[in-house]
Amino acid sequence: MNRLPLSAQVAAVLLPFAFLPLVDRNAYHLDLMTNVGIYVLLAMGLNVVVGFTGLLNLGYAAFFAIGAYTYALLNLHTGCPFWWGLPAAGITAMLFGFVIGLPSIRVRGDYLAITTLGFGEIVRITFNNLDDWTGGPNGLLGIDRPVFFGFRFSVNATPYYYLTLALVAVTAYLLFRMIRSKFGRALVAIREDELAAGCMGIPALQVKLVSFGISAFIAGIAGAVFAAKQTIVTPDSFDFVLSVLILAMVVLGGMGNIWGVALGALVLGVLPELLRGFAAYRMLLFGLIMILMMIFRPQGMLGGQLIRRELGRRPKEGSDGAA
Amino acid sequence: MALLEVRAVTKRFGGVTALDRIDLEVNEGEIVGLIGPNGAGKTSFFNCVTGLVPIDEGTILLRGGSVRLHGVRCDRILRAGVARTFQNLRIFRNMTALENVAIGFHTRTRSGLFDALFRTRRFHVEERMTFTRSLELLRFVGLEGQGDETAGNLAYGQQKRLEIARALACEPKLLLLDEPAAGMNPTEKASIAGLVRRIRAKGISVLLIEHDMKVVMPLSDRVVVMDEGRKIAEGRPETVRCDPRVIQAYLGEG
Repeated sequence: MNRLPLSAQVAAVLLPFAFLPLVDRNAYHLDLMTNVGIYVLLAMGLNVVVGFTGLLNLGYAAFFAIGAYTYALLNLHTGCPFWWGLPAAGITAMLFGFVIGLPSIRVRGDYLAITTLGFGEIVRITFNNLDDWTGGPNGLLGIDRPVFFGFRFSVNATPYYYLTLALVAVTAYLLFRMIRSKFGRALVAIREDELAAGCMGIPALQVKLVSFGISAFIAGIAGAVFAAKQTIVTPDSFDFVLSVLILAMVVLGGMGNIWGVALGALVLGVLPELLRGFAAYRMLLFGLIMILMMIFRPQGMLGGQLIRRELGRRPKEGSDGAA
Repeated sequence: MALLEVRAVTKRFGGVTALDRIDLEVNEGEIVGLIGPNGAGKTSFFNCVTGLVPIDEGTILLRGGSVRLHGVRCDRILRAGVARTFQNLRIFRNMTALENVAIGFHTRTRSGLFDALFRTRRFHVEERMTFTRSLELLRFVGLEGQGDETAGNLAYGQQKRLEIARALACEPKLLLLDEPAAGMNPTEKASIAGLVRRIRAKGISVLLIEHDMKVVMPLSDRVVVMDEGRKIAEGRPETVRCDPRVIQAYLGEG
């Protein structure tokens, strides 16, 4: 499989999904799978920071929210069409990624997790309280759906499904290119041993900041799609639980594995629906599956064996370590 | 001419003076041994030179005083031409041996994220160069054929060699080796000594910390002895070996 060109690999994995709307005409299924597509984008984006660079981000939903609100506000105030709003949402989220990254990536591990968690809450609460701009808890209504060469998107989920599928394909393709490069190796080197990476000439702060920005950009893109699909954004769509859910997708799928985290998003996106038959016990079963998974396959579904071994112990701070 | 010039460097950790007005020079093409009992401040000295910990007083200059190293971030020091290895291995365990060495070329190539995403000509040229030369370096340190092995799965001695290859990839003028032969058997130690000589033959100066006198004495052109943060002796190996202060530092008060 690795012998194939990258474009062929991405196509081989995603092509079966292109036939789904032809086989399954159930509107509810397609709507669900579109949401899964958005989850896949988010998981791939968070994986850049958590999986590749080894930084824990517990406020990732904030960048998703910033993307969604960017398109919503641009569209409502200026009539900006979706195709301009999409990159604008990505870039705005990325800028916020830099702004948040600058002070916070100087702290590590658990401290960074707390910092990002705080940021995530600040963003949600700001959107919730900035009534004049964001409509407060009621959110923003009447966001325009995309128009694709004269074709108007409607309540029907199929065009959104293909839109997210295309974005997933492009994102995966570019992420593979990124990770199989000098920059990608620098990210992984920082995850493995930041101090040694610095001594090999990698400007760790700068590289971590770019990683944060890329990750935020992808969330922003996903946010714009979400806003255009729902035509309404409210702050409660972007709570802490969503950040944790995306993180769970990354961990369950296999940190650092692009297809792995996509699979994690697929499983965690679909599983609650499959478990609907169990009604009240649904979330209980969901939690149980997660716990069992982490006990018996902590490296995630597609994570390598090595990650498993590494997770068992914290990186040791030898006498070489700077204080 | 002195390549590395360290003048009166002092480093305090709280009340402990880890380095007390250390003067040290490494000349072009020289192998200098840095020895001393445990806790003498040898590794602290390495950490100061490579920018991992800031010094309190003194100056560290490279290339006849033209490049200042003190107060400079570690990645810039590497760019200036000082690479190192670590006492406790710090290889990138989940990357392959080849990728570990490729990391060393980070500062010696210019392509960035843009080149990676759009696969520019420069990207292809530099990637090919990086991996060709990384393979050469693996062969140079005696790890031929191990390139695709995950670094964490290599034997201890091989990991030590891999770390040296990674440092060499940075194309340093000066290489700092922190106990390169520690934990090895006599055959492996002899082979590491041979490797250090071949590194010098490439025109790279070497400053090495080593406890085994059988390794460091025949290898070094000059030996610097530290004890309790001070430099207590310096000179040719045979002179230093007989210095009463050195004997006292190692064996304690007679």
